[in-house]
Amino acid sequence: MKKNDDLLRQLSEATGPSGHEESLRHQLEELWRPLVTTLRSDAMGNLIAMQQGTGPEPRPAVMAAAHMDEIGLIVTQIEEGFLHIAPIGGTDRRVLLGLEVLVHGREDIPGLIGTRPPHVLSTEERKKTVPWEKLFVDVGLPAEKIAQLIRVGDPISIRQPLLALENKRFAGKALDNRASVVALTLALAELVQREHAWDFYAVATVQEEVGLKGAITSAYGVDPQLAVALDVTFAKQEDDSKTGVFALDKGPTIGLGPNFHPQLFQRIEAAAKELEIPYQLEPTPGASGTDAWGIQVAREGIPTSLLSIPVRYMHQPVETLAWQDVERTGRLLAALVAGLESTYRPGWENEGDGPSARSNQ
Amino acid sequence: MKREKLIEILQSLSDVMSTSGDESLMRQALRPLLAGHVDEMRVDSLGNLITLKKGTGESQLRVLVTAHIDEVGMIIVDHTTDGALKVRAVGGIDDRLLPGLNVCVGKEQLPGVMGVKAIHHSTAPERLRAIPIKDLSVDIGAKDKKEAQHLAPLGTRVTFSTRAHPLGELLAGKAFDDRAGCTALIALLHGEPFPFDLHGVFTVQEEVGLRGARVAGYALEPDVAFVLEGTIADDLPKKEDVSLTSEIGKGPVLTVMDHSYISAPWLLRHTVKLAEELGIPYQFKQPGIGGTDAGAIHLTRGGVPSLTLAVPCRYIHGPISLLKPEDLEATIDLTAAALRNLTAEQLATN
Repeated sequence: MKKNDDLLRQLSEATGPSGHEESLRHQLEELWRPLVTTLRSDAMGNLIAMQQGTGPEPRPAVMAAAHMDEIGLIVTQIEEGFLHIAPIGGTDRRVLLGLEVLVHGREDIPGLIGTRPPHVLSTEERKKTVPWEKLFVDVGLPAEKIAQLIRVGDPISIRQPLLALENKRFAGKALDNRASVVALTLALAELVQREHAWDFYAVATVQEEVGLKGAITSAYGVDPQLAVALDVTFAKQEDDSKTGVFALDKGPTIGLGPNFHPQLFQRIEAAAKELEIPYQLEPTPGASGTDAWGIQVAREGIPTSLLSIPVRYMHQPVETLAWQDVERTGRLLAALVAGLESTYRPGWENEGDGPSARSNQ
Repeated sequence: MKREKLIEILQSLSDVMSTSGDESLMRQALRPLLAGHVDEMRVDSLGNLITLKKGTGESQLRVLVTAHIDEVGMIIVDHTTDGALKVRAVGGIDDRLLPGLNVCVGKEQLPGVMGVKAIHHSTAPERLRAIPIKDLSVDIGAKDKKEAQHLAPLGTRVTFSTRAHPLGELLAGKAFDDRAGCTALIALLHGEPFPFDLHGVFTVQEEVGLRGARVAGYALEPDVAFVLEGTIADDLPKKEDVSLTSEIGKGPVLTVMDHSYISAPWLLRHTVKLAEELGIPYQFKQPGIGGTDAGAIHLTRGGVPSLTLAVPCRYIHGPISLLKPEDLEATIDLTAAALRNLTAEQLATN
């Protein structure tokens, strides 16, 4: 397998705005195929891999989901050779000026987002952020050529190399959520060499950024007994250090709250303690805004948990993380999966009316 | 000079880090490009790289041609306890384009990023208000203040990290203001000798107030001066009836009047006449916008007739600008023609 930060680079720089994950899925298929028993994609485009467990049939299944889509842009109008744009997902228009982009037209066409020079801007204009209708993509081509290559509705992704910063920290685009896809890949690589009783499903989901769409259909399709979503969370940064943000390089966060099954949380925490993997607690009062929210209510309901990698500057082309946190997330997930006894079924502690009895650990 | 060569020079110069007052990397890049093509080369006390290309001796005119080697960027003014770098702009930068950028820190070109509070944590009014540079910072991954101070001491310069490359039918890169002018000046210095001695000066500190041109103009005491620039092409579609300033693809941009000076009318007429005779496209820059080294040079000593010729560039003073190679070529051709046809009589009678 590739050197690990090469994997992060490959997946960060790969393109896959929500609903347009196909080329990324093909790259992931190549990476995962040697590690898994079965590999398929569903009608929505989710990539679903399975590593068969060693327990007796009927074997329970645990699903880990990491969304592979990224926020992006879409062409809304073409005017005098310039492209008008709108967001796909929660794209932050404040960070777009001067960026290089890739327009996914008849072919991939590089472009940039224009910046009017300060000389022609009024003081008033410079106090306000640029509204969507004044943001343009310039591909350096005359209008006639653009008409042949680009159409309204073509998706656009940000073009940004992954940067290696000090202290094994990395900055780049789409680390939300390719960092988790890397962690999931690391878990697959570890589990292919380790015995595990349960079947392990690794799912790279689509369309998370536009409403957890892929998680909803893939959880239905896989029908697991347990699920763990992998995503990113907010890391402390210079201009945001209040509550609800987490330290960089201090391990993944584990979700706590109505979206997460308490017994599953305890198992993950116990695994982290045993392996001395640092972790942080992320209490979430309601919707987690992650695939976990969609998976939890699939079919008759699925006990779900969430591991999140702290990332600075979320939804910006310079999302920044600490490599160690990605590795720790992969190891923790693998430990959880490998530790599931064939007889274990999640239930409710000290309550007799749970869906099934607690295992004897 | 062949187009491929021009493009190669422009791209290599575009990538050089050279913020105002810290232009040594540009001087280093220029020396080998000029060696063998000029008769003298020296650096003055501000850092201007001053060259002399001896003429054929037919004319005794003293002619100055300049292009500035500095670019807009940032300077580190503080370090936070968490290891972030606080910065201020060197030259005119729109604060709004900084969030979300990759930058290069210091001469070692440490990679850094300028992120802001996530959209999820920002209030609706915050999303509408531009964030001033004093509230932004550069993250190089340093763990604390001490590490940040060690890696990027106070005063370290920060530039855009863009690498030049072709984009569609255009060229993309940072600092085309004024690496386009520098490339044009290099091409002129590589050409045949002019009738007179040509003083080609690569000036410093244009972006912070035309500082280098002022002292170079004084030292060289020219009769006539040409300033080569990369200027604003604000030719995005606009709803209102707003001027384009200049347009890419329409040839060199001649300044009639900007914030810094009024060009010598006879020099402008001379240049326009040649453009029309030779069939070189040209355009006038919308009056009243921007300023160039001509603003300093035309007031040197007893006054110097001056004219700015510029390559139209989109998105100057930002991380990535665009120009059309044909415009660069036409700017060089028109400047060369204006120089070769310049006579002492014109100067005496105007």
